[in-house]
Amino acid sequence: MADTTATTFEGPSGPKPKRAFSSTNIIIYGTLFVVCLYYLLPLYVMIMTSLKGMPEIRLGNIFGPPVEMTFEPWVKAWAEACTGINCDGLSRGFSNSIWILVPSVFLSIAIASVNGYALANWKFKGSEVFFTILIFGAFIPYQVMIYPIVILLRESGDGITNVMQFFWEDAPRFRLMGSLWGLVIVHTIFGMPILTLLFRNYFTSVPEDLFKAARVDGARFWGIYFRIMLPMSLPIFVVAMILQVTGIWNDFLFGVIYTKPETYPMTVQLNNIVNSVQGVKEYNVNMAATLLTGLVPLIIYFASGKLFVRGIAAGAVKG
Amino acid sequence: MSLSDAEQLNEVVKPPSKLFKNLTAKIAAIPMILTALVIFIGCTIWTIYHSFTKSRLLPSPDKWVGLDNYERLWSENRWIVSIENLAIYGICSLILSLVIGFCLAALLDRKIRFENTIRTIILYPFALSFVVTGLVWQWILNPELGLQNVIRNLGFENFTFDPINNAEIVIFGILIAGIWQGSGFVMVLLLAGMRGIDEDIWKASRVEGIPTWKTYIFIVIPMMRPVFVTALVIISAGIIKVYDLVVAQTSGGPGIASEVPAKYVIDKMFQSQNLGLGFAASTMMLLSVLVVLIPWAYLEFGGKKNG
Amino acid sequence: MRILKTALAVTTALSFTTLANATDLEVTHWWTSGGEAAAVAEFAKAFDATGNKWVDGAIAGSGGTARPIIISRILGGDPMHATQLNHGRQAEELVEAGLMLDLTDVAEAGGWRDVVNPVRLLDGCTSDGKVYCVPVNIHSPQWLWLSHEAYKTAGIDVPSDWFQFVESAPKLTEAGIVPLAMGQQSWQTNLAFGAIMVAVGGTDLYLDVLTNKNAEAAASAEMTKVFEAYAAARLLSEGSNVQDWNQATNLVITGKAGGQIHGDWAQGEFQVANQVAGTDYTCLPGLGVNEIIATGGDAFYFPKQDDPEIEKAQKELAALMISKEVQVAFNLKKGSLPIRGDVDLSAANDCMKKGLAILAAGNVLPDGVNAFTADTQGQLDDLMVEFWNDTSITVEDAQSRYVGIIKDAD
Repeated sequence: MADTTATTFEGPSGPKPKRAFSSTNIIIYGTLFVVCLYYLLPLYVMIMTSLKGMPEIRLGNIFGPPVEMTFEPWVKAWAEACTGINCDGLSRGFSNSIWILVPSVFLSIAIASVNGYALANWKFKGSEVFFTILIFGAFIPYQVMIYPIVILLRESGDGITNVMQFFWEDAPRFRLMGSLWGLVIVHTIFGMPILTLLFRNYFTSVPEDLFKAARVDGARFWGIYFRIMLPMSLPIFVVAMILQVTGIWNDFLFGVIYTKPETYPMTVQLNNIVNSVQGVKEYNVNMAATLLTGLVPLIIYFASGKLFVRGIAAGAVKG
Repeated sequence: MSLSDAEQLNEVVKPPSKLFKNLTAKIAAIPMILTALVIFIGCTIWTIYHSFTKSRLLPSPDKWVGLDNYERLWSENRWIVSIENLAIYGICSLILSLVIGFCLAALLDRKIRFENTIRTIILYPFALSFVVTGLVWQWILNPELGLQNVIRNLGFENFTFDPINNAEIVIFGILIAGIWQGSGFVMVLLLAGMRGIDEDIWKASRVEGIPTWKTYIFIVIPMMRPVFVTALVIISAGIIKVYDLVVAQTSGGPGIASEVPAKYVIDKMFQSQNLGLGFAASTMMLLSVLVVLIPWAYLEFGGKKNG
Repeated sequence: MRILKTALAVTTALSFTTLANATDLEVTHWWTSGGEAAAVAEFAKAFDATGNKWVDGAIAGSGGTARPIIISRILGGDPMHATQLNHGRQAEELVEAGLMLDLTDVAEAGGWRDVVNPVRLLDGCTSDGKVYCVPVNIHSPQWLWLSHEAYKTAGIDVPSDWFQFVESAPKLTEAGIVPLAMGQQSWQTNLAFGAIMVAVGGTDLYLDVLTNKNAEAAASAEMTKVFEAYAAARLLSEGSNVQDWNQATNLVITGKAGGQIHGDWAQGEFQVANQVAGTDYTCLPGLGVNEIIATGGDAFYFPKQDDPEIEKAQKELAALMISKEVQVAFNLKKGSLPIRGDVDLSAANDCMKKGLAILAAGNVLPDGVNAFTADTQGQLDDLMVEFWNDTSITVEDAQSRYVGIIKDAD
């Protein structure tokens, strides 16, 4: 069954162009060529700039290739750029970002996929209402939620502490605010609307017969989820993963509020490098830092290629 | 699987009992229900309540001032400019993203070569954050260093293109960057939608002799309605929240020419330390979202049940 | 065997006490430019020398980026151990909510009331007779910075006050130099307005508007003159399209712009660029018209903790920041004036000496940051940046909006 769904989305389905050098083809490839230039231009500028020295940049031709190629800006961005008094560049944030990324991506996808599954296959009274509220949540600027969520995290942290101390007298104070778990929860919450939408749409498109047959065989909620739904949902999980990796990796606001200096993600260093001007803006270092920070999501995009479209196709086609 | 099917199945497999019906599903949905109720509804109510208070640096629920914050909000020039900018940016960005996304998807769907490469090129900006996007475009559009300078050096001395420093067109400078970042994702969404359309449709239209463009507009687009809805939700959520891009690219300048509501909210909350006013502004933003969202939700869910 | 065990026990006990003494303090601030970071490093060095450890939590992007982070952490019950905040009205509410550590005992032990000069700075930190923050420097915004190189290129003498500067502007323009560098951020335009107000309108007008919030003074004919001067000044900055203040300062340093109206912290940038006051650049306090200093500045607050060890280290840091040596080292790097009059600043450059002389003469004014709430300040920022950039707004229009803001100020 999984195979048939996949083949439907496999190849292009548009009208077939006839000859190799027809005028239509020239227009198509010509347009695409121009479009690609527009999309590639900033990347090209970033890379070229990051390989130039500051004197060359001041000359002004941002589109020209470097006359004297230097990797100095990359070294500086990675290991030497200053944040306040710490001059060790982006490197100190890299492992922190990974530590934040992995559990956040895992938990947010796990929860959103179960949500989508429940919404698509196990509708209950009010489930659509909750879903609408969730979509509404996608439109709220994050910054508005900062204070109420800070208060909620503080209170629930204290609540958990009280419960723990009820059982063990000397249980340590449990903190959600300022801990990795607080941050993971926040990422899960804000990733939920769009991810749930995608998963719900995907699971809705799974053929009903499959689901019915499993029910007749006596499989329940979790049985169907783990044995039938999960194995055939690779594409949509890839999409969810890509979206979350991008979002969480690029996040600055939550990373800086819900962590501490020792655990600041890479984006905090990026912000500091880009926003703290030491005399002149060091565009080359900024660009190198930008590219270095964007490397993880970029690699995932380039690597996932076809799977991404297939997943989106599966997740968004049926509403 | 629709509602009625699930209910029928429940009757067959399990003894019917209102509360326990679907119990596992309900338990599994607890995180979602909590998020919807506590975070999105709860925090929204909290925000709306505090918009009627004189909260400054800290939320102070007991200093009730009624509509004062709203009066002040609508008397401020900067808020009005922000709304206008959002309207211009929003409408242009929505239309352009969808049109560009659709055209690109249609081009890519014509069994072309190098499809993977081209798709990746168009999509990669989506992997970069808005801060980065703003920074790069700020630079490309910088009149002394960027595009304008290069074209002038080519011999066109009077060429002027400085959207970053010209108050009249600065919002379009931001638009260029916004489209660059987001249109790739829209394209992939729509391309995926096209891939879901049966090959037979095309065969049929070819047999009937309908021109390609007509097939796209009158047959393909209507069939892709769900994808368009998904795309619309994602694009408009991004538009309402646009903040980082503006901060990185122009800081709202020159003057207040490129201010947007989200930036107003955040500046008032944290820079001016006037939480009440910031909450009033965000309540207005939420209200406008509701105006759009409620009819949509009604059509999407209410309509189905009746039909 | 027993001896060995006791020895072991003693050494562990010892190592424990040293561990307990060495407390890590996390300090948040938004000083990330070249001169600023060098100044912070002086604090860190001095604090590390006491056996404790300064954990730096710098967040770039001025108070607007840093403040939500600082407040969230304090609200969330997981505060940093010390944080930069502008003193005066900005932190009032946090103190009232009992979230800040009471430093009165440190202040009394150090005799702060006797050494802090002007004592108004300490008042800004005091609430109900208790001290809650440590003022670390004095910054005054009303300075005009002039580039010798620019004036050499234009072939004219460096002006000695604002009015001469305005006269010299056409010559600079002819030479292809932007007369006045101005960063695009709103607070910079508002700062320039305050400076022009002191120079053109005089100190009485300034005090009447800022301290008494007198709307009539804001509507007066003298004030109209200030607005006219400001409207004329905005035309001088055409072609300066930079965002950050230190990019604008850099235009002055490199001779691309004639001058900049900015606070004395700009000095740190001149210093990092190895410029010498008097030979490479000139600084004119009060724009060279009314030689005064407004006593703005930075302060450090210490959010309350539940660990007595940390509290002890916090107080140690508080005492250290105000101590003579640290004050000198810090302020020399920062380009600001020390908050105590009893230190030796012979190492100071010309500009700082000018400032010190004015300070000693007692020609001081309150700063807008201390006089207005952040909200009013924000409204003024918005008005000034709009007025500065949009020449279609008339002087009358801007002034009437200004009067409205002053009327509502509390």
